[in-house]
Amino acid sequence: MLVHSRTGKWTAWALFALLFVPLFALPLLVIVAASFSTHWSGAFPSGPTTAHYTAAVRGESLQALTTSLVTAVTASLVALTIGTWAALASAAMGKRGRRILDALFMLPVAVPSVVVGLAVLVAFSQPPLLLNGTRWIVILAHTVLVTAFAHQSVSAAIRRLDPMYEQAAASLGARPSYVLLRVKLPLLLPSLNAAAGLCFALSMGELSATMMLYPPDWLPLPVLIFTSTDRGSLFTGSALAVVLMTATLLALLAVSRIRTRASFR
Amino acid sequence: MNSGIRFDGVSVAYGGTTVLDGLDLTVEPGEVMALLGPSGSGKTTALRAVAGFVRPASGRVFIGGQDVTALPPYRRGIGMVVQQYALFPHLRVDANVAFGLKARKAPKAEIPARVAEALEMTGMAAYARRYPRELSGGQQQRVAIARALAIRPRVLLLDEPLSALDAQLRSGMLAELARLHRELPDVSILYVTHDQVEALTLADRIAVMDKARLQDCGTPQDLYRRPRTEFTASFVGNANLLPVTVGADGVAFAGAELKVPTDGVAAGASATLCVRPHLVGLGEGPNALRGRITEVQWRGSTHRLYVEVGGHRVKADVRELRETPALGTEVTLHFAPEDAVLLGAGVADG
Repeated sequence: MLVHSRTGKWTAWALFALLFVPLFALPLLVIVAASFSTHWSGAFPSGPTTAHYTAAVRGESLQALTTSLVTAVTASLVALTIGTWAALASAAMGKRGRRILDALFMLPVAVPSVVVGLAVLVAFSQPPLLLNGTRWIVILAHTVLVTAFAHQSVSAAIRRLDPMYEQAAASLGARPSYVLLRVKLPLLLPSLNAAAGLCFALSMGELSATMMLYPPDWLPLPVLIFTSTDRGSLFTGSALAVVLMTATLLALLAVSRIRTRASFR
Repeated sequence: MNSGIRFDGVSVAYGGTTVLDGLDLTVEPGEVMALLGPSGSGKTTALRAVAGFVRPASGRVFIGGQDVTALPPYRRGIGMVVQQYALFPHLRVDANVAFGLKARKAPKAEIPARVAEALEMTGMAAYARRYPRELSGGQQQRVAIARALAIRPRVLLLDEPLSALDAQLRSGMLAELARLHRELPDVSILYVTHDQVEALTLADRIAVMDKARLQDCGTPQDLYRRPRTEFTASFVGNANLLPVTVGADGVAFAGAELKVPTDGVAAGASATLCVRPHLVGLGEGPNALRGRITEVQWRGSTHRLYVEVGGHRVKADVRELRETPALGTEVTLHFAPEDAVLLGAGVADG
């Protein structure tokens, strides 16, 4: 730590708590509190109940959670494949090609996601590629949105990868495809894993583009949370939000466990 | 199988800068050739041209008589060991050693025996199930050598293999490398180093490189006793280089007449006299040089004296003196006529 004196340390912690608690912790705690309540009058929620959770894990809500999970897993895997492929390709390119490719893949981050949603909607509402009204348009939009992050983090990892491993493998007689499968990808595994976690978390929480695209039979959990709070069911929405949060956290925890196993250095 | 390496006018340039300039060099089958030079001399580039990691702008590279200039690295049949070991961190020692065999699709049944053989040869058999991160630097380097040898390469490229090890380990590994070469007499070895001790100890011949060019090439004894250029004389063995004027049966240096073999250099010409510091003695003798001590370094078994003689600094390594001489003391140095080598025209102040 940079602060050495005792009072200095206490001050730093106090400042941290002052910023962290109201900005990050309190709003989440309020959601958790609300999810266990029937009404809220005055400063604190009241009427403790678990009824919202009973509703949140069955029927339409359970359906929405599954939808979110399937969307996030599919979008993350596709994004990871495309992003890694592009990152490997751009590493092999000249300076100029690399810059152009990297800029192209960063586009979905620079463009507001609601614009990406609209673009996907307009582009795929006409034959020959008519995806509007199917689940695929949601998955596609999510993929477009998260590929940028996958590409970004895998690119960074490839730049950090020492070329001597690749050269050592080549000198031992390994063809480029063998080097990729047996040396590069295993060494990139921790980064691929982190990228997958990031993509998954982003997709689980995506709302603005999804709102423009979702068909009635493919309703992800964030949309359900939005519509229930919009209808005034704040407490049901809170319970759903806690379910979403927990599911995402659990998935990220599982992913990070794989990561510790995969990091060799 | 023919295993030599031949450079035929190999030049390499990076973005307009020539880093290797027309290298002509042949490494005979079974020979250990050291590429010795300071950093930036082009020695590593030459090695990388054999490995296939740099493409020559002009010239050809041959391995075992076959032109490999256009071949990708994985088809060249070389073993390579680099300074940082480059062991695959995600594979255990035995899998690292087996990597080349699997990549080359060696018969599955043969692989375990050949891995064991390579690990046995480098004394690492007991560590087969370890990960590289669980080994010391010296052990990792042994595994790297085992990995390179397991594929039974025609040529072995060693790029500063001992630079990352401490001094004691280094001399042990030098002896190991010499033993390995005796066990594998058919393998040609190209050994890149900036350390003259490694080159002198291990090499059958040394190619001295500087400023992207080959300066000199010969056996270690040859280069050490009869250097042909000032660069070789100073880089290999850190010689005294004294600017002299050639006379009838000797040379003139700082007003003194020195008897040395002039080997046909014309009288009256300017030349450089090369004398090894350890062949310079303290006290009266033939070829006496009188001067004043400007610096003394105690090196354990020897004293290194820096003596100013007529405006030039002469280095002398003498057996440890009972009493360290004071700076400014007037002393006389001498050397035997046959211990001096006259280098051709061109004067530079050593």
